[in-house]
Amino acid sequence: MSPFLSLPLAAAVNLADLLRVDLNSYLYLSALLFAIGFFGVLLRKNTLVIYMCLELMLVAATVALVAFSRYNGTMDGNVFVFFILTVAAAEVAVGLAIIVALFRRRQTIQVEELNALKN
Amino acid sequence: MSDILFHLFSLLTVACALGVVLNKNAVASALCLLVCLTGIAGLFVLLDAFLLAVLTVFVYAGAVVALFLFIIMLLDMQGGDRKPFTKASIVAGAASVGLLCTGLYTFIVRGHIDSPALSDTPAHGSSLRAYAELLFTTYLLPVQIVGFLLLIAMLGVIVISKKFEGLEDIK
Repeated sequence: MSPFLSLPLAAAVNLADLLRVDLNSYLYLSALLFAIGFFGVLLRKNTLVIYMCLELMLVAATVALVAFSRYNGTMDGNVFVFFILTVAAAEVAVGLAIIVALFRRRQTIQVEELNALKN
Repeated sequence: MSDILFHLFSLLTVACALGVVLNKNAVASALCLLVCLTGIAGLFVLLDAFLLAVLTVFVYAGAVVALFLFIIMLLDMQGGDRKPFTKASIVAGAASVGLLCTGLYTFIVRGHIDSPALSDTPAHGSSLRAYAELLFTTYLLPVQIVGFLLLIAMLGVIVISKKFEGLEDIK
């Protein structure tokens, strides 16, 4: 086979390899989602949006757990995600109540203005 | 077929996650989060975790996002003028993003785990029976603790968000 042909062929094989869905695909997706959520926590200044990004990070972790569980043929990861869902729901309820209480006291939820503990 | 669906759902999820981070409007962010979580539920279906998919839609997309939207509506915050980032926070942000990107890159290049394609792995334990067996035998204590945690969270939310008339002067 001529070298001119083999290069695109190798690229095509690589692409097929990349498009094949296995455990790694799910883990990459999970890592990417986690990174996006982390980036949002750093970037945004609205407490509510920071909270949404935290939720995103939590969900990214659950994707990895479910994928591992599926490929290992066990149920424990799924059950663990079950617990994570419950704790996340409780966490959101308490966190949003705190944000509402904070807004009632300070009239703002921008993080740079919430510096009561500074100095 | 399921491969195509995986790429479709993961594209949707990542795009909407970026939408959550980059949208200026908090309501648009919440709606992006809704679509993102629906994509995650689709991925759970592809992983044969049907119960978790339904629970994600109910708990996250139903309750959590609705709660977020309610709070955004109640607080009625306007954007106002934003202070620019301070120098220290820019340096810290750049450093952490660099670290994270390095970690992701290393993971993709060197963290390859040999695993068969999803269609070659037999599906296991997607039934409710499997969940129930584990939840009521091995994980019985965690289930009770989590139930107690939910109760405490409910009480805590009530205490935090209630206005106590007699205690106003303490402030």
